[in-house]
Amino acid sequence: MKNPFSEKPIRSTKKTSALKLWMRYVGINVRCAMQYKMSFFMMVLGQFFVSFSVFLGIYFMFQRFHSVKGYSYNEVLLCYATILMEFSLAEMTARGFDSFSSMVRTGSFDQVLVRPRNEVLQVLGSKFELTRIGRMLQALLMFVYAIPRCGVDWNFAKAVTLLFMLIGGTALFSGIFMIYAAFCFFTLEGLEFMNVFTDGAKEHGKYPIDVYGKKMLLFGTFFVPYALVQYYPLCYVIGKSDNPLYIFLPLLAILFLIPSYLFWRFGVRRYCSSGS
Amino acid sequence: MKSGFTIRKYQSFFRLRFVMGLQYRAAALAGITTQFAWGFLAIMAFSAFYETDPAAFPMSFQDTVTYIWLQQAFLALFNTWMLENEIFDTISGGNIAYELCRPIRIYNMWIARSLANRFSRAVLRCLPILIVAFLVPAPYRMVLPPDVPTFLLFVLSAVLGTSVATAFCMIVYGLTFFTISPQGVRILFASLVDFLAGGIIPIPFMPDGVRRVMELLPFASMQNAPLRIFTGSLSAQETARMLGLQFFWLIALVLIGSSLCRVAERKACIQGG
Repeated sequence: MKNPFSEKPIRSTKKTSALKLWMRYVGINVRCAMQYKMSFFMMVLGQFFVSFSVFLGIYFMFQRFHSVKGYSYNEVLLCYATILMEFSLAEMTARGFDSFSSMVRTGSFDQVLVRPRNEVLQVLGSKFELTRIGRMLQALLMFVYAIPRCGVDWNFAKAVTLLFMLIGGTALFSGIFMIYAAFCFFTLEGLEFMNVFTDGAKEHGKYPIDVYGKKMLLFGTFFVPYALVQYYPLCYVIGKSDNPLYIFLPLLAILFLIPSYLFWRFGVRRYCSSGS
Repeated sequence: MKSGFTIRKYQSFFRLRFVMGLQYRAAALAGITTQFAWGFLAIMAFSAFYETDPAAFPMSFQDTVTYIWLQQAFLALFNTWMLENEIFDTISGGNIAYELCRPIRIYNMWIARSLANRFSRAVLRCLPILIVAFLVPAPYRMVLPPDVPTFLLFVLSAVLGTSVATAFCMIVYGLTFFTISPQGVRILFASLVDFLAGGIIPIPFMPDGVRRVMELLPFASMQNAPLRIFTGSLSAQETARMLGLQFFWLIALVLIGSSLCRVAERKACIQGG
């Protein structure tokens, strides 16, 4: 009997493009998740509520305080929606890096290394976490609510800034996930303290970074460039600054992928198999 | 004689798990770093709100800071999201069959090991965080309870809070018998409960109507009660009310959990091969 879900095998002897291969990986992962539909929907709902409770926290804080360091409720929502969307996009696509420790521990990274394709592509393809759409839905709802209400006079430049923020932020978080994975080459276990840079940034990134003080702003500008995808472009969007340079700062954050990738390469070269 | 033996069984389960938990020192170190950063960021955010409008603060800034440091130091005691994967695996993997063969009540055994896990985690993690919390500069420094009775009440309330949280987790484990999809149930409960317990923002920061309802729910009897009793700024009446609610919810949740487990044991359908 013909399996309605099977795809045509790739018969061509030519090397398939990386993108096509990745799409196939995604297809496999999604079909795999769809085998457990109930579980999938519970996870989506769960993901939604995780970020919804953070939203409720913001909502109730602003019921009481109305503003923080000059940011209004709607501006904070815009900020949280961007960071949440960036993080969820990165987590959905780069989940393979997030759970990379099990790949190292069980030795299945050896399989990756003997295949004639780039190992980053394969690790990315090993997991595609579609359940994160629950969180994206939350981000989307906040965008829909906050964009018309945050008092921004939307024009082309500001819309482009927001788009750049999403692109730059997704790249930044993917880079952090890659570093997290690269540490596993040396420690075998995932390092929990890295959560500060991923989940911590997602959770505390709900407020523009200068809320946490000058030192945090410096840290977020020069060490892990959160401020490049959050604080500076946000200032431009909500009109706190009209420096046109801030439009392009989020794209600078993409450069963070270079040291991440170098560190990853360094780890791969040092890798010695631990599985049995 | 017989009952003494029964208690001993669970005591050794507790001891075993407790000692085992103490072995994971590297994990504890990582946890401490995370929790310290978390506490620091939370306090900075609250201080920004305080600067904006000090009059709207429902507790003193000192009390808020102390609440957050204590919350991070004793995270392992009160949270409801650090559920044990081993128990879920036992249920969905079928190893539960072995557990059912033993001459012990599953409910009691799991409670013993959960409590042990919580205490061993907390013992490893609380001290470094508390030391830092007492050393940081003034407005962000944690304060001690005003007198010894307050501290003793805090200890009592913390023990009750830990028990309520554990009893709640037992209900989650019990429900897993019926759903076989632990991930979903877990994450759904985890986020809502964390919010209702005051894990995202302390309950006093909620608007009055919401706060009054939340304080009656079992979730407020987990971390909210001990962390607020600690600073000694509650009236005797409020403290008594909180402790009473903690007792009530502990008994209620244990009754629900143990009967749920009993039904589950009878109906358990072994999944593994």
